[in-house]
Amino acid sequence: MNMQKIRNFCIIAHIDHGKSTLADRLLQFTNTVTEREMQDQLLDSMDLERERGITIKSHAIQMKYPYQGEEYTLNLIDTPGHVDFSYEVSRSIAACEGALLIVDASQGIEAQTISNLYLAIGHDLEIIPVLNKIDLPGAQPEVVADEVMELIGCKREDIILASGKEGIGIEDILNAVVEKIPAPTGDEEGPLQAMIFDSVYNPFRGVEVLFRIFNGTINKGDRIKFVNTGREYEADEIGILGIQQKPQPQLKAGNVGYLVSGIKVAKEVKVGDTITHVKRPCSTTVQGFENVKPMVFAGIYPVDTTDFEELRASMEKLQLNDASLVWEPETSAALGFGFRCGFLGMLHMEIIQERLEREFDMTVITTVPSVQFRAMMNNNEYRTVNAPSDMPEPNLFKHIEEPYVKVAIITAADYVGPVIQLCMDKRGQIKNQVYLTSDRVELTFDMPLVEIVFDFFDKLKTISRGYASLDYELIGFRQSHMVRLDVMLNGEPVDALSAIVHRDKAYEWGKRLCEKLKELVPRQMFEIAIQAAIGTKIIARETVKALRKNVLAKCYGGDISRKRKLLEKQKKGKKRMRQVGNVEVPQEAFMAVLKLD
Amino acid sequence: MVQMICRELVLRKNYLPKAQPIQTVYFGGGTPSILPAAQIGEIYACIRENFDCQLLETTLEANPDDLTPEKLNALRDMGIDRLSIGIQSFNDQVLRFYNRSHTAVESLQAIDKARKAGFRSISIDLIYGFPHADHSIWQKDLAQTISLAPDHISSYCLTIEPGTALGVWEKKGKFNAASDDFQAEQFEILLQTLDKADYLQYEISNFARHQAFSLHNSNYWKGVPYLGLGPGAHSFDGKHRGHNISNNAVYMRMLQKNKLPFQIETLDKHEQINEYLLTSLRTIWGIDTAYLTEQFGWDLRKERQNILADMLGQDLIQVSSQAVILTNKGKLLADYLAAKLFI
Repeated sequence: MNMQKIRNFCIIAHIDHGKSTLADRLLQFTNTVTEREMQDQLLDSMDLERERGITIKSHAIQMKYPYQGEEYTLNLIDTPGHVDFSYEVSRSIAACEGALLIVDASQGIEAQTISNLYLAIGHDLEIIPVLNKIDLPGAQPEVVADEVMELIGCKREDIILASGKEGIGIEDILNAVVEKIPAPTGDEEGPLQAMIFDSVYNPFRGVEVLFRIFNGTINKGDRIKFVNTGREYEADEIGILGIQQKPQPQLKAGNVGYLVSGIKVAKEVKVGDTITHVKRPCSTTVQGFENVKPMVFAGIYPVDTTDFEELRASMEKLQLNDASLVWEPETSAALGFGFRCGFLGMLHMEIIQERLEREFDMTVITTVPSVQFRAMMNNNEYRTVNAPSDMPEPNLFKHIEEPYVKVAIITAADYVGPVIQLCMDKRGQIKNQVYLTSDRVELTFDMPLVEIVFDFFDKLKTISRGYASLDYELIGFRQSHMVRLDVMLNGEPVDALSAIVHRDKAYEWGKRLCEKLKELVPRQMFEIAIQAAIGTKIIARETVKALRKNVLAKCYGGDISRKRKLLEKQKKGKKRMRQVGNVEVPQEAFMAVLKLD
Repeated sequence: MVQMICRELVLRKNYLPKAQPIQTVYFGGGTPSILPAAQIGEIYACIRENFDCQLLETTLEANPDDLTPEKLNALRDMGIDRLSIGIQSFNDQVLRFYNRSHTAVESLQAIDKARKAGFRSISIDLIYGFPHADHSIWQKDLAQTISLAPDHISSYCLTIEPGTALGVWEKKGKFNAASDDFQAEQFEILLQTLDKADYLQYEISNFARHQAFSLHNSNYWKGVPYLGLGPGAHSFDGKHRGHNISNNAVYMRMLQKNKLPFQIETLDKHEQINEYLLTSLRTIWGIDTAYLTEQFGWDLRKERQNILADMLGQDLIQVSSQAVILTNKGKLLADYLAAKLFI
């Protein structure tokens, strides 16, 4: 295949700006899918993705498009649209020469879009701006076009007006892809140099690796090597991605394809890694490889302690197709055996939790999410703190450092005040304030990561009436006065409720947590003291009074079986309670911290 | 309706085990006293025609304002020997809140008339747990009750059901139910006051002098079979519980077609044990542990050894060689404790 007839591109868009629908239209227009094969939002194949309306894992698809008498090969590389997966996005972008920038004509540009756009511009991608949903009554193509022109420095006539829903502008987009996006360059004869930008787990075939070839040629049966992991494989099957996979004997520089080589575990495939030949390896790897590091940590425990082994099996299966999920066994006095898990972000954590429930029928208790702190020990060595229980004794360390992020928020000018207030409350320092248009502002803050891990995004949405958008990137560690806050029930510490919080916030946190627990812990035969403490110092206390009365007044003919059923049901519910010392704690209590407000 | 109840009775005359003659009849649940005496007599006669009866007790639940001397005489003459009068309170304001059509004066008159008519046993119903500022009205109700010296008292805590007037007010925020603690205090006052007045608490909500226990109600708690007739009535044949459709119109329509409006629920062994635990624990006789072992092959003392020891330590139960019985402290938590013993 002639490299000049290949175009590799991705789509940059905010959630809900219609990326998936537009992608569907491109596939239909190029006859890549027939009507019969068409499912709504074809590229999002996991149920969960479809329901959330976002693409969690990226995929790729190849289209054939005839243009001025020649057939072009268009590789569309799909990108996830959430900040938790920004590294995957960066690798998808690195696999392309161009990008469609899709902006909702009624919403305008969002923070996430801008950061991905900058990423694309940084990789020298040709940007094709598209205003989507122009058919909607609320569309303001003029205003949003101004915003886009300002941002990427294009001309008004470069912006394509489209509607995925109505099928408007689809041909214009395809023509622009061919005309404007440069063909890939590379040496078909050189040593093989390809980049993994995604992987898909197939329970029958093992891990399918998606890659982009920059130089050289790969043949079926070649002996290949993943440079960063150092592992070698046989290229059992290679091919291109249509709606179904199409095996090929050979793929050359410039193209995008898949590889099957009997890899059983997703961990062996690292996005960003370089594929080369064992015999004639390339001299340089593809730049930008990183080991993805989890940002958020939380304990996951089975609701029923006897389900631990089953949970382990489920987690292992999940990890087969989600290499970014990391975990190790953990024991809690209150919750028994479970796992300390690392996630890319809060969305990733929710997804894992939901997948455990849906795909494996496991109900789990998730403990207070935290981030990775580090303690500077007295011997000047760092110790990693992933969980409150990892926190060393105060006399053993000099100080604690916590991860900071640079946060970008785009909001309507009306909400700038409340947004700044919120970020200050979250220990943020404002760094920059830019008016994108007369009523849209980009605000930049330095903030502790731990502060945005919790409810931050929900709060931001609430105070900005749903309009503010958020992006963040890690900028390093800073020294902070963090303390471990413990919760005790009748003097017994409940390890699963401990949290690492900033000293200035510990009192407020402790007070609210105690109040919340008072609502959730049922009255028992004795009084229960709920206390929050830093070290040995009690900073908050609530009391659950002893149960005094639990008896139905009337118990004659019909009351009997009604009451029996009610009590049997309550007793069943009790089995799901956890015993802390002599106190029975319902599982909701362990989630209480997630809903503090 | 009376006709249909009689028809149901005939259709179900074989429901109860034959060996045991019928000893008690209870007209109750709702206010059967609004029926003319003749209609009550019709049902009563029908019972005696269709069953082997050796009646020891026949009770009628009555509203104070339904009881005229003529009606009382007629009821007495047909063989009703026990009245359970729904006094609820001697405070007119509270009675209006409860949506009762009678007054305190009518209550006093009703008791007087019933006595004159010569009923063997008179029971008074009282409700506590109304959210007053203090307990004085409840104490007055109890003092008034004791001065009337009925041989039986049933006293229930106010429960607010959704859909009732109080339930609707509560939902709209016009009415705040009393706290559990407040209600618990009133229950304790009830126990102390009636104990001083020589009433024996033979079940959580029932008190009697001179062994004037309600035979009929006691049988519910001892697991004796019973047949319930009429819309919404519950029955128990020893192994199965069942109930009639409660919609009056549907009940009548089905019986007109000679169909029984009855739904059966079979209890497995565990459910039978749990019901026995729940009901027997409420009584002065307690859980008969030998009965459990004989009847179900389940040894409570062995199976629940630790829980019983714990309850004993907290002064919630007394354990004798025959039975497990609640202390006064335990009575307030009867349901909680029963559930702990459930299997």
